[in-house]
Amino acid sequence: MIEIDIAKRQGDFHLNIQAALPFQGTFGLIGPSGSGKSSLFSMLAGHSAPDAGHIRIAGRTLFDAHRRIDVPPARRGIGLVFQDGLLFPHMTVRRNLTYGAGPGAQTLFDELVDTLRLAPLLNRRPARLSGGERQRVAIGRALMAQPQFLLLDEPVSALDPGLRADVLTLLQALHRRTGTPMIYISHAPEEIRQLANTVVTLKDGAIADISRNPHPYPLGAPAPARDMLATG
Amino acid sequence: MTWTLTEMELQALMLSLRASVLAVLVSLPPALFFGWLLARRRFPGHDLLNAALHLPLVLPPVVTGYLLLLLLGRNGWIGGPLERLFDLRIAFSTTAVVIACAVVSFPLMLRAIRQSAEAADTRLETAARSLGASELRILLTVTLPLLSPGILTGMTLAFARAVGEFGATITLAANIPGLTQTLPLALFSVTQVPGADAAAARLCVLSLLLAGGALVTAEVIARRLNWEPQT
Repeated sequence: MIEIDIAKRQGDFHLNIQAALPFQGTFGLIGPSGSGKSSLFSMLAGHSAPDAGHIRIAGRTLFDAHRRIDVPPARRGIGLVFQDGLLFPHMTVRRNLTYGAGPGAQTLFDELVDTLRLAPLLNRRPARLSGGERQRVAIGRALMAQPQFLLLDEPVSALDPGLRADVLTLLQALHRRTGTPMIYISHAPEEIRQLANTVVTLKDGAIADISRNPHPYPLGAPAPARDMLATG
Repeated sequence: MTWTLTEMELQALMLSLRASVLAVLVSLPPALFFGWLLARRRFPGHDLLNAALHLPLVLPPVVTGYLLLLLLGRNGWIGGPLERLFDLRIAFSTTAVVIACAVVSFPLMLRAIRQSAEAADTRLETAARSLGASELRILLTVTLPLLSPGILTGMTLAFARAVGEFGATITLAANIPGLTQTLPLALFSVTQVPGADAAAARLCVLSLLLAGGALVTAEVIARRLNWEPQT
């Protein structure tokens, strides 16, 4: 289960979120600017603390104001993927990928390099990568740390449409291969429809709607079929 | 004219080199600490500390030297007890040259490191944290490498400033051949002697080679260290 019951006040903005959902598949977190997506991301990641409440994911308490539990970011077991990748500029792709890897991660490394098509990039520095390549490396780097789940903050919003579709397709393939649950934050409905089984809509700092999306777009389906699935 | 260095030239060159390298090494840990602190933390007295640490940059070097003499001289607040308790004399020694060079060049290193720390993207440290890295590992593998261009620039500037240091050195350490006479002090001495233009020119060339060599070395290292920013 993913159990969130948090409140946070930031100036005039009030965030008040309560949800208890089965934790599997991909969660899409959608909402306009100022709806509270970034605040929720930051509290899930442990970069800021709610004023009150708790966050429990898969039975593990990450935050509990009452019990004074606030697990530091490094021990939350959350793989973060940021909008602009945030690769370490002074390291090669290989060193970026292995930065958070535990011992014996060679099989996972090979699998991710294969799925994310990173083999030709391994010895390059981030400055020599395109936007899409950087995001592929960022996703691989987060997964190499074998997180409990992935938290992706608008990971394709800075990419052009072709690259966007490519990265989203790879995310679907990765999810099928590794089974790592994902929380995908975006303001773009088409991205959420493509990836998420559960769609949580935020508005003015609160959950406005939770809906199921039993049929995310299948991989490689032609556009009309995908549209039918999305609306059906 | 001979290409071989005279004893005075060799002594002045070696002392300048040794004092400048030591001054840079002594200044580096506090410059790293305060550069990072001033860039990343806000606290009461932040601006005051910043101004105090930059003071040797704007004070006339002779004033810095005189203040150091008040502190470290035989009757100084620190120098007095050191001499009485440990028989240590700092003023007018080679150690005094290193201290004068370190104090005067410190703000240049601090400034370069602080600017580098301000410009570095702290979110990269956040990313490293999310990958499970300890704070020490983040410091060694992310923070310091990101600051390395600034550290190198600071070290080069500080070295060049230390090589050229005159006012604070002559006040705190005097101009004793073989003990405290650095290249600028040796040059000052020969300019006081009528008809010593050739000797002055040789010392000028030595100073130029030393400072120029440092700049070229720093440039080569910077090119090796340098990575292009993500666009």
